[in-house]
Amino acid sequence: MASPLAETVACPDCDLLQCIPELDPGDKARCARCGHVLASQSADPLDRPLALTLAALLVFIVANTTSLMDLSAVGRFASTTIPQGAYEMWMQGERVTGVIVAFCAVIAPGAYILFMLTVLIAVRRPPAPHWVGELLRWGMAMQPWSMGEVMILGILVALIKIAELASVGAGIGMFAVGALVVLLAAISITFDPREVWHRVEWADGSVRVAEGSGR
Amino acid sequence: MTGRALTAAEAGLVSCETCSLLARPAGADDHGYCPRCGGELSQRHHHSIQYTWALVIAAAICYIPANVLPVLTTNALGSSESDTILGGVFLLYDTGSWPLALIVLIASVMVPLGKLIALSYLLISVQRGSLKNTRDRTRLYRLVEFIGRWSMLDVFVDTFTVALIQLQPLMSVEPGMGVLFFAAVVVLTMIAAETFDPRLIWDTPNSRQGHHG
Repeated sequence: MASPLAETVACPDCDLLQCIPELDPGDKARCARCGHVLASQSADPLDRPLALTLAALLVFIVANTTSLMDLSAVGRFASTTIPQGAYEMWMQGERVTGVIVAFCAVIAPGAYILFMLTVLIAVRRPPAPHWVGELLRWGMAMQPWSMGEVMILGILVALIKIAELASVGAGIGMFAVGALVVLLAAISITFDPREVWHRVEWADGSVRVAEGSGR
Repeated sequence: MTGRALTAAEAGLVSCETCSLLARPAGADDHGYCPRCGGELSQRHHHSIQYTWALVIAAAICYIPANVLPVLTTNALGSSESDTILGGVFLLYDTGSWPLALIVLIASVMVPLGKLIALSYLLISVQRGSLKNTRDRTRLYRLVEFIGRWSMLDVFVDTFTVALIQLQPLMSVEPGMGVLFFAAVVVLTMIAAETFDPRLIWDTPNSRQGHHG
C-alpha cells in the first residue's frame, strides 16, 4: 500500500497512525482525524530558509542596536533600545521581569536565528553530523518564546500611551523589529524540518539517508 | 483504508516528539531513546495531568496579585500615581484610543483568564475519560497554545514605557510588582500548555491503561 516515499507517522496531537503521501510543493498533509498539519512540502526547504535566516540575522542586529522610539519633552531628549528596556526593568528592581523580557525579546529570537543558521549550513552536505539534530531541537524549543510580533504591538501601544504626555517618534529599531517579524514568519513557512531529519546521522552512528531526500 | 484506525500507542509503537520518527519502545516501562535524534521517548508526556494542574493552579494564584498590584507608578512633579492593568485599560479608553484599550483588555485580562478556564476544562474532561467533542477540544487546545504568547503584550508595553520615561526630576515611571506576577501568569500558562498532552483527549479507556496519566 505504501509507496516507497511515503512515511508512516503518528499524529503528534492525536496519535493516529497514518502514511504521509508524496506531496507536491505547496501541498499540506493533514491528520485524517484531528486536522493537525502533519507535513507541508516546501518548494525549496533548505536554501530559501537559509537566505531568509541570514537576512534575519542582520535585521536582528539592527533591531537590537538602534533606537525603537525617541521622546522629546520640555527640552529633554530620550530614546530606548530593546536591551535597554530589559536593563531598565532590572535596574528599577524588577529583576525577574527584566530577565523574562530579555529572554522573550532578545535571547530566544537570537538563539533561534543562530541555531537555524548553523543547522541550515550544516545539512547542506548530507549526512549531517548528529549534533545538527540536537541544535534543531533547541531551535524549535526557542520558537514559542521568541515574541517579536507581540513586542511590536507592545511598542506601538507604549508609543500611543506616551504620545499623550510628550512628543514621540518611531526609530529605525521599530521598523527593524517589523521586518524581523516578517522574516521569522517566512522562515517557518519555507523551512521543512523533515528534510533536516532525513539528512542527519542517526544517534546510533549509522547513516540512513532516506530515499528521495536529494532535493 | 480497511480496518479500524489505529494509534501508535495501540500498535505498541512510540512516536518521537522531536523528529516524529516511529520507533518500537525499548521496554515496557522505560521506552528508551529515539534511534534517530536521541531524544527521550515516551508514549505520553510523563505525569502530564498532574504537572499541568500544578502549573494552572500556580498561574491562577498569580493572576490575583497580577490584577490587584500596580504595574506602573508615574512620578510627576512631586505627585505619584499607580496604575493596575485594568487601570491602564481605562486610561487608554479615557484618552480616546478605545481600539487599543480593547486590544490590551483582551490580551491582558481575557486571554489569561480564558486560558486558565480552557486548560482546566481540558484537564477535567480528560480525567473523566470523556470521548465527546474530541475534535473541538483539540482545536481549543491549539487555540490556547497559539494565543498564549499574546498575553505578554502588557509586559512589553510597561517595559518600554519605563525605559523611555526617565526624565528625572520632572517625570519618571517605575514598574510595580504587578508586572512580575503578570509575566509569571503568562510563562506558567505557556509551560502548562506544553506539558498538557493533547493525545490524552483521544485516548480510549483501553489505550489509557498502558501509560501514565
